[in-house]
Amino acid sequence: MSELQLRRRVVVKELLKKRGDMLVVAGLGAPAWDITSAGDHDNNFPLWGAMGSAAMIGLGLALAQPRRRVLVITGDGEMLMGLGALATIAVQKPKNLSIIVLDNEHYGETGMQATHTGFGVDLAGMAKAAGFARTMNVTAQKDVLRIRPLIDLQRGPLFAQVKVDPEKLPLVLPPREASYIKNRMRISILGPEALHQ
Amino acid sequence: MNTKTRAARPAARAPARAAVRKSAPARRAAAPRVIEMNPAMPAGAVDWPEQVHAMLVEAGVAQVALVPDAGHARLIRLCEADSRMKVVRLTTEEEGVGLLAGAWLGGEKGVLLMQSSGVGNCINMLSLPVAAQMPLLMLVTMRGDHGEFNAAQMPMGHSTPAVLEACGVIVQRADTPLDVPEMVSSGLRLAFNTFRPVAVLIGQRVIGAKDFRKLTKPTEEDHE
Repeated sequence: MSELQLRRRVVVKELLKKRGDMLVVAGLGAPAWDITSAGDHDNNFPLWGAMGSAAMIGLGLALAQPRRRVLVITGDGEMLMGLGALATIAVQKPKNLSIIVLDNEHYGETGMQATHTGFGVDLAGMAKAAGFARTMNVTAQKDVLRIRPLIDLQRGPLFAQVKVDPEKLPLVLPPREASYIKNRMRISILGPEALHQ
Repeated sequence: MNTKTRAARPAARAPARAAVRKSAPARRAAAPRVIEMNPAMPAGAVDWPEQVHAMLVEAGVAQVALVPDAGHARLIRLCEADSRMKVVRLTTEEEGVGLLAGAWLGGEKGVLLMQSSGVGNCINMLSLPVAAQMPLLMLVTMRGDHGEFNAAQMPMGHSTPAVLEACGVIVQRADTPLDVPEMVSSGLRLAFNTFRPVAVLIGQRVIGAKDFRKLTKPTEEDHE
């Protein structure tokens, strides 16, 4: 591991510091373990499957809860599987939605095979071309520190591609049952009434 | 107020009013759930898009995700003109499954409009509403069905009900215009009362199958 490379869990911990009422969706695999390592939370929706859906779940949540910050944290492989979502989100222009791709240039859960981003595919460039209000290519810690204030500003949609070390870390598993994860988030957002709708 | 009444008045109004009236559908209140005739339609035909739109409003559907289909054209226009609905155009149907899962997490109901060819695009994403027991209503206009012209539409159209059922989706069919509101009403209740994905298949017998050979000739009709 290069000392210059960003470490994914350090980045995620920084993004989720004093998060308030922020709603967080994480793509399956490492991003789900990353957000859980920063502290399991009722307002976390870590995915266990549905690869390629994280950004769109974020959009549906952001449209339903326009006053709340919605943060999607996902991986490069997961984002590559749902690139059309960048166009769909850019057309909707949700100011409260931020998408952060932790880009280690590999499929980490399946044997560290290379993804397109290691061959020059620029996800932030694609988000910019689609029409995202603000996009960032992040490779240094000083730029990591700029992301959270931009999320809090809610003048998105914001997209940040953060290059991280392709390190293998011990898994930190979130609750495993999707219905439970769903209900605890709905109760957190909507109150106990959520179970009577 | 009922915009139907307003629209029926003689059009002898000041031109300035015309612009105002143009945006009237955006403020349309829930239309009554009765069978209404569209003057452009043949006698005996049922204006199911109008009725389905009214049902979606009554059910509180706030997010309408769609990949266009000719069979949905009128329903799409009704939803686009309705300020209570956020219409989200998708690049592929599977995006809608994710979108509406997010909507449900945030307390909003949604509907996904698509053609049967889009069902294949949704297969893996359907794991989300199944595993998390989330409501999802899909209104699917059929191709590769009654009287199809295009051979390329047959494989997906033919396998649509089996694919959906294999994925754990409750499938309901409407093969006459009268069936459509009935099945949509049932689909809304099944999806949102029992927390699962439901697809209402609107048969090509309802939509009509187009003959591409006829479309090679010039016509004054506006084909959708």
